[in-house]
Amino acid sequence: MTHTVRIEDTGVSYACAPRESLLEGLNRLGLRGIPTGCHGGGCGVCKIEVLAGEFQTRAMSRDHVSDDDVAHHRLLACRVYPASDLSLKVIGKLQRKVCNPASVR
Amino acid sequence: MALTGVLRPGHAQVRVLDLEESVRFYRDVLGLVETGRDAEGRVYFKCWDERDHNSYVIRQADRAGLDFFGFKVLDKATLDKLDADLQAYGLATELIPAGEMLETGERVRFTLPSGHVMELYADKTCIGNGLTEVNPAPWGPQREHGIAPVRLDHALLYGPNVAEVQKIFTEVLGFYLVERVLTPDGDGNVAIWLSCSHKVHDIAFAEYPEPGKLHHCSFLMESWEQVLRAGDIMSMNLVPVDIGPTRHGVTRGCTIYAWDPSGNRFETFMGGYQPYPDYGPLTWTFDNFGQGLDYPQRKLHETFLTVVS
Ligand code: FES
Ligand SMILES: [Fe+2]
Repeated sequence: MTHTVRIEDTGVSYACAPRESLLEGLNRLGLRGIPTGCHGGGCGVCKIEVLAGEFQTRAMSRDHVSDDDVAHHRLLACRVYPASDLSLKVIGKLQRKVCNPASVR
Repeated sequence: MALTGVLRPGHAQVRVLDLEESVRFYRDVLGLVETGRDAEGRVYFKCWDERDHNSYVIRQADRAGLDFFGFKVLDKATLDKLDADLQAYGLATELIPAGEMLETGERVRFTLPSGHVMELYADKTCIGNGLTEVNPAPWGPQREHGIAPVRLDHALLYGPNVAEVQKIFTEVLGFYLVERVLTPDGDGNVAIWLSCSHKVHDIAFAEYPEPGKLHHCSFLMESWEQVLRAGDIMSMNLVPVDIGPTRHGVTRGCTIYAWDPSGNRFETFMGGYQPYPDYGPLTWTFDNFGQGLDYPQRKLHETFLTVVS
């Protein structure tokens, strides 16, 4: 069973399984030029803010996620797994690519 | 003897977010040999054909990245001299006592203007490569487990003040500049490849606003076929691959970049050429950086410039 993840910036939704990170699901959308980054919670390029919904996380680098970020659900998409339908906002280096894919190469 | 002073990259200590997941990755997928664990919980590895006790150490932490990168020097007299030379140059050094790392002697630690912690040491216990010293076989079972690189080859580090870093390596530590990429205006270098040996690089740096960042630690493979086999093993184990298999224009090395489970990039690498200290550096203009990174595709992959740990 999959959950529906809605990117509020663009209104685009995608399906994401509970065992799949939000970044893996996002990559499957095939938006051109998304910097996929390290997929390991270490580089910080995939930062998002979860606006609504349940989720689970795995360890992510505190270089990119402060206590305040955690409290406000500003997390790294490669380490967040949906537990319900979710809505999110893209922040950080990824935003330009997700929100403006046509501008890329 | 020709090779004196700083001999080679000797160890890297890297932070990981989940220790046991990372041990499984480094031991069973990358195929390093686990050689010990210490009271702090650090896990020590070496590549199969390295003889010293450890070359790659991981530590559980709440952030990824590089703790320090160490070079082995010829002997204790060399260590003392380089310590004095670094101080005379104006860098503060710190002595880390013998035994702080397993099977490792006293270390001289200093911080580069790029924010990276470097170490020099003269002693690390030789435990051998698992083969005999008399009439040895060319390889043993350790070479067949996982990707199984032969040695820790070099690292590429991102941080500010690369020009000052170059001066320290060339004027104090006896390295020479092998290749460089110029800034867009051609007045400076955005990236430098430095050697203390006959290798195309023992360490490299690229200009980056944030200090102390790790771009990758690189592991040497014996052949292009072994690099391709490494790529197969990465895919079988769902390792996220960044770039390659391809060939760098810079250094001519054949490469795959990929990430460990904490987002620390590593490289499986082979080839290049054999420079000498009397060779002048090779220069890449900024508009040819793409060829320098990925010669066949002529592409300056965005992740190369933006994704570090
Ligand atoms: S892709 Fe590097 S932190 Fe998510
Ligand atoms: Fe490299």
